[in-house]
Amino acid sequence: MLRRSLLAGVGLLAICAGAASGADSLAGRSVAWPSTDEIVRVATLRDHNTRVVLLGATLLGMAAGLVGSFTLLRKRALMGDALSHATFPGIVLAFLLGNAMGLGEKSLPLLLAGATLSGVLGVLTILLLGRFTRIKEDTALGVVLGVFFGLGVALFRVVQNLGSGSATGLQSFIYGKAASMVPQDVEWIAAACLLAIVVCAVFFKEFRLLCFDSGYAAGQGWPVLALDTVMMALVVTVTVVGLQAVGLILVIALLIIPAAAARFWTERMVSMVWIAAVLGGLSAMLGAAVSALFPKLPSGAMIVIVAASVFGFSMLLGSARGVLPRTVRQRALRKKVGRQNLLRAIYEINELSGDDASVVGFDTLQTRRSWSAAELRRQVERAKASGDLVTTAGGVRLTQTGREEAARIVRNHRLWEMYLITHADVAPSHVDRDADMIEHVLGTAMIEKLEALVEEERLRRNVPSSPHPLQP
Amino acid sequence: MSGVFHGWSWELDGWIVVVGVLCAMACALPGNFLVLRKMSMMGDAISHAVLPGLAAAFFLSDSRASFPMFAGAVIAGVLTALFTEWIRGHGKVDEGASMGVVFTTLFAIGLVMIVQAADHVDLDPGCVLYGAIELTPLDTVRVGAWEIPRVAVTLFCVLAVNAAFVIAFYKELEVSSFDSALATSMGINATAMHYALMTLVAVTAVAAFEAVGNILVVAVMIVPAAAASMLTDRLPIMIVWSLAIAVLGAVAGHLGAVGVPAAFGCGSVSTAGSIAVALGVLFGLAVLFGPRHGLLSRATHQLRLSWRIASEDVLAMLYRIEERTVDSDMLAEAMRLPRLRGWLLLRGLVHSGLVTRKGADVELTEKGRMMGRDLVRSHRLWETYLSRYAALREDHLHLSAERLEHATGRNIQAGLVERTDSPEVDPQGKRIPPPTD
Repeated sequence: MLRRSLLAGVGLLAICAGAASGADSLAGRSVAWPSTDEIVRVATLRDHNTRVVLLGATLLGMAAGLVGSFTLLRKRALMGDALSHATFPGIVLAFLLGNAMGLGEKSLPLLLAGATLSGVLGVLTILLLGRFTRIKEDTALGVVLGVFFGLGVALFRVVQNLGSGSATGLQSFIYGKAASMVPQDVEWIAAACLLAIVVCAVFFKEFRLLCFDSGYAAGQGWPVLALDTVMMALVVTVTVVGLQAVGLILVIALLIIPAAAARFWTERMVSMVWIAAVLGGLSAMLGAAVSALFPKLPSGAMIVIVAASVFGFSMLLGSARGVLPRTVRQRALRKKVGRQNLLRAIYEINELSGDDASVVGFDTLQTRRSWSAAELRRQVERAKASGDLVTTAGGVRLTQTGREEAARIVRNHRLWEMYLITHADVAPSHVDRDADMIEHVLGTAMIEKLEALVEEERLRRNVPSSPHPLQP
Repeated sequence: MSGVFHGWSWELDGWIVVVGVLCAMACALPGNFLVLRKMSMMGDAISHAVLPGLAAAFFLSDSRASFPMFAGAVIAGVLTALFTEWIRGHGKVDEGASMGVVFTTLFAIGLVMIVQAADHVDLDPGCVLYGAIELTPLDTVRVGAWEIPRVAVTLFCVLAVNAAFVIAFYKELEVSSFDSALATSMGINATAMHYALMTLVAVTAVAAFEAVGNILVVAVMIVPAAAASMLTDRLPIMIVWSLAIAVLGAVAGHLGAVGVPAAFGCGSVSTAGSIAVALGVLFGLAVLFGPRHGLLSRATHQLRLSWRIASEDVLAMLYRIEERTVDSDMLAEAMRLPRLRGWLLLRGLVHSGLVTRKGADVELTEKGRMMGRDLVRSHRLWETYLSRYAALREDHLHLSAERLEHATGRNIQAGLVERTDSPEVDPQGKRIPPPTD
């Protein structure tokens, strides 16, 4: 388990490292390393242009992280993928329209309007196909993504045929070219970002309900469809303003990766949203900075690679759900359970023989649970190290502290058994195994509650006798 | 029509169509199983993610030789499936999201590498994304006595491999697609089938990328199968349909790419894009006109059913009027019919000889009276049955019986009579009319 999860993490890191080293070895071929001076210029934000670009990318990353958190939890992560591909024909058509009306090479509002329109059309098609036909959602996504993008590709040839470099203007929408951002673009992004924050703040409670239990939300009378529409509208907004910086193929990454990475750090939705926004902003800023240093590298790809590294790091080390911390926690729990099982087994054997301090043989212990000899040895060694028992020739004996601890454990076990028998109607012959599962995680408050429930006054003083015959 | 064939050359356009058809068929075949397994987006993910594999192959071999490209892409494709599974399993991330993380990352890496490779290998990043099917006839290899485009040969091989795989492992694919638990219990290794399919998808994506580009692969893969699934419920027929749709889409796509813009007086558009659009149109037609699941057929079916029920309601109402057992509730319900619909219904009933009209008066014919009586009989029998066996409250009886009466034939009536000991009257004391013969 541990080995496999480590492998997963290492694999991810290897990819990221591979990307980095790939770029390294290519340096000799075509990417020129920037001089120290250039690095300092970008790092200290000396150029106005760099400032504009980095600000725009950061804001975009934050908005995408914010909105992405909700779509991730709503399990709509890939909807954004289909949506962003579906904006392509809209952009090309708007470009052709603008050209025909003589609006100049690149009228941003017109292009964004076209992108929004065809993106919304794509999402609507997906929703309608899912609602009215037998086409499953994943297929609907694939169909819309492919067909809309195909229409865009077909029309894009017309733009290319127009010549005069007009195609390169649109190229930035496909691969992302953060460097081509001008202050006016950043204003758009800032406005969209602000809108996303306000809407998310206003609808936070509703969105959270929708993400965790949409059926319950509908039952409570919330307008689920309308709320979903608002959420998708946010996705459309972020996607459309993100097209320029990240490109339409990769803008989905900004919506998914920071949110998925944030999920590893927390179990609380409010914190997740904040962390996602921060991680998104950070990745976009760093990616844009790298792309500013290496003008040949498309900024969309660089942003995604940075975000993926952040994801790999989070998946490995994230405090709440990261692979390593979880493995450590699971090990600790297994250790605790093993120790408690051992102590209880010794205590109950002692109890049967009527002698508190007698030596318990290994083969007697071996029959108590389905543990292998090696496992039993390991547990005994561990318990010995923590001073719970001493080993003698052929057996083990509890120490004073070990006996007290064992008494506490057995008491929990039996309280839980009595509770299950009295209140859950579990048969006494089955109760041992059921209690076995839960007893290790009983807290003090829970024990007090159980004591009150079982209402056995004498329980308060010592270990109750087992409600079922103990197996020798 | 002459516009379409203006400048048509069999040397060039003929091969383009052949390449398109081969590509669409090779893709559509595994696409069927992606659609069935609800893994369409996996096809998209893999086709994006083969990019770094391709790029690495370009670097290592300094050429566009086929073998390294296939090897690189297969590795990248299988890695995509593996990583997605790892992130989903160990990171407990939703499957869609883990797919999104993996393929965008791999695609980004691939994009960076391709941009670098472009200086080095004869390669246009645009072609990788949108395909360059128009240029494929220029790059030929000699097979026997013929000069055949290299891409056509590759695609033909991939199509043959795909077909061989589907035929050889048909049963395994079918069972594991519909019910992987059943497949496992039958001794089929569902995981192996999964990765085998993913490998095929990766190989197909590589073979197709020169023709239709990296992203449109998903269109030729998914759309024919999706359209075919609207046309049939049986897998073999669905596969045949998907191949037919693929061929049609590819041919129509190239004709459209050459012909449609010419009709508007501008140059041609990209064939790859227009194949995707043609497939989309075919999909739209299948969704609309599919024989059983199509929107149109479902709508007419529902319309006919609701029409029949409304007509029967009118007949039963008229019978009750003749019987003078109409109470105010029923009348109110009857009045709720919109005027136009009521008028149309009456016309329909007159037309089928169930009702006659004298001025404003409406009267049942003998045939109509029989049908009305039959319905009222079913209705009251149901009320009796439901009040006795389902313990429904009296004010709930009418609504339930109202729904059931339309689906009650002779046999059910006889059964009801038997279970309720041939009652004379229903729970409200209304007489149950005798059976019609």
